[in-house]
Amino acid sequence: MQVSRFLRNTILVELFVPILLLTVGIYHGLMQVIYRAGVIHQASVAKLDYYQGLTLHGVINAVVLTTFFAVAFGHATIAFYLKREPNKKATALSMWLMVIGTLLAAAAMLAGKASVLYTFYPPLKAHPAFYIGTAMLIIGSWVAFFDWVTIYLEWKKENRETITPLAVIGTLINFTIWFVCTTAVAYEVLVLLVPWSLGLTPTVNVPLARTLFWFFGHALVYFWLLPSYIMFYTMLPKLAGGKLYSATAGRIAFFLFLLLSIPIGVHHQFGDPSIGRGVKLSQSLLTFGVALPSFITAFTLAASLEYAARKRGAKGLYSWIWKLPFFRRDVFLFGYLINGLILFIFGGLTGLVLASYSLNNVVHNTAFIPGHFHMTVAGPVFLAILGMSIFLLQQLSGKKIYLPTLNAIVPYLWTVGVIIFSGGLMWGGLMGEPRRTNMGLTYLNPASEQYHPYWVISSMLGLAGGGIMFVAGFLYFISFFGTLFSKRTMEPAIDLPVSDTLHEEKRIPIFDTFKPWLAVMALIIFLSYLPAISDALNNTGKKAPPYLPADPTPVVQKK
Amino acid sequence: MIDVFEKRVIVTAILVMGLFILAIFYAMGARKADVTECLPYDKTYETARVEQLDKSTYQIFYVARMWNFEPSVAYIPVGSEVDLFVTSNDVVHGFNIYNKNVNLMAVPGGVTKTTVKFDEPGVYKVVCHEYCGAGHQNMQAEIIVNYPKK
Repeated sequence: MQVSRFLRNTILVELFVPILLLTVGIYHGLMQVIYRAGVIHQASVAKLDYYQGLTLHGVINAVVLTTFFAVAFGHATIAFYLKREPNKKATALSMWLMVIGTLLAAAAMLAGKASVLYTFYPPLKAHPAFYIGTAMLIIGSWVAFFDWVTIYLEWKKENRETITPLAVIGTLINFTIWFVCTTAVAYEVLVLLVPWSLGLTPTVNVPLARTLFWFFGHALVYFWLLPSYIMFYTMLPKLAGGKLYSATAGRIAFFLFLLLSIPIGVHHQFGDPSIGRGVKLSQSLLTFGVALPSFITAFTLAASLEYAARKRGAKGLYSWIWKLPFFRRDVFLFGYLINGLILFIFGGLTGLVLASYSLNNVVHNTAFIPGHFHMTVAGPVFLAILGMSIFLLQQLSGKKIYLPTLNAIVPYLWTVGVIIFSGGLMWGGLMGEPRRTNMGLTYLNPASEQYHPYWVISSMLGLAGGGIMFVAGFLYFISFFGTLFSKRTMEPAIDLPVSDTLHEEKRIPIFDTFKPWLAVMALIIFLSYLPAISDALNNTGKKAPPYLPADPTPVVQKK
Repeated sequence: MIDVFEKRVIVTAILVMGLFILAIFYAMGARKADVTECLPYDKTYETARVEQLDKSTYQIFYVARMWNFEPSVAYIPVGSEVDLFVTSNDVVHGFNIYNKNVNLMAVPGGVTKTTVKFDEPGVYKVVCHEYCGAGHQNMQAEIIVNYPKK
């Protein structure tokens, strides 16, 4: 379909800004593995400190890229499926809030005033611009969402008996989760941390801030993941040359995510004080509930892919897999999505390990954690974002992909890199290798008395995998920016691949409405988080003053 | 709505989850594997010390601060059962004992507690695994088990 020049340019900006910043994010990804493996024994390189780089890596890759992309992809999806363009004012406001917020946070990080990592746990204190910038980015994404809700309600009024397209359901559910979970982090940032970082309040309740962060922090991963799920359900079967096995399964999966994405955040805090064991155990069990939609998805997608392969003439119980369109320049998006799915098998299973209550003690906060989440957020999430960004770029700018062969091999190379990288990190994690640590200075420095030779091989694997990932990222940038700067050859448009369904989908009213689901969602969150928040408030003995990362004495408040 | 294969898959997935959940309860019950105890905080946890309760039972009260643990070295005889209490004096730190499944957060205003038995002699390294500022990578401690007479 044709889209207005305004919407086209907005989406292009929202794709361009994060991919441009991603060059910084990926550079620091490479630097992490170099420091960690003990190749260099330095605190900083090119005036950028290890922890400053780690903050840039986390914030850019996991928050900025994902949020911008979710909004850009949401605009494209809503416009494409509902045939209505978003409100100009709201869309422009949303974009500017996100861009300015990102610039504020980036300035604070690059100036070295916010080396607090993307989790910004107090009482480490960042510059207020870091908190305010991040909050603006989030609020900007809300503005776009509110506008889509209006569009959806208008559309629904005119199409009461028409089933809402799966991609629209997915987008709205994703942003509902996002809106609800970010209210907690907005409270943490705007009410607790900003006044505290400005020196207006002396101390902050650290367990409470951590609990509010993880109310947001785990739902965040579903906010990353659901755009990929939308692509898996609505595009992947079509790209493979078949049909979606069942759209109802997709709807059930999305609504289960709506219910269970948030009330499980305490599973990141199994090692925390103040929060009771009952809360931790119940949220651990709920985490197994949220794995259910992913199991359903795994089956539905495998069935859809098998159907596609058999339509292409495949035979055999398993050998049909090889009939799928791997390594094809014309359906490069298939390569991005299928590689993400392969990584997600391991990412999902290691996630279940981490959610398993006391089993978490074995690897909590070790290198196992980044090993796990690079197979989720740097797997299905990141690959779908890269693939869809260049896909939308070529359509919206009407250009041909620059070096399409390069673009087609990126996801395969990336996946090989992630498998080696995550394998190394998880192995190291099982041997107690800490995450988020400049190990090159001490644990992997033979000159240091803290030298720890057990971690040499595992961190070297991390380096090898990280190096391959960096090369894949670099090749992608060549293709992406090459496309951006080439000449227009086609009429700009949005033409998303749309999968037909194998089983004809009937409209089931309960899966085409939000109200009852939202009520249940609110109830579950209330029941699971009320005791967690009350524990954090009641069991905490004292509040903490702010500290700067380089100084072991608290920041003295100006009188 | 959903066909027979999908129903089977959903049932299988629920059964698999049930099995995992049973494993958690088995570990809690039969193996006494649990997460940190939730204790109310009081000032006494801010004093780092090693206390001997009886011949083979010890309590170590750790205080983490930027960028060391106190006590930085603790001596324990082989076969002792040790209650570990961990808190922080400044920012958030981590507390992980190499080769033991002890994995706690040191958070200001809160205290974590677990119990661990040291059956093998050796030097057990404690590593801080939560980013706590510029000196994070230096932050470690040792538990020395079967130190010949201290």
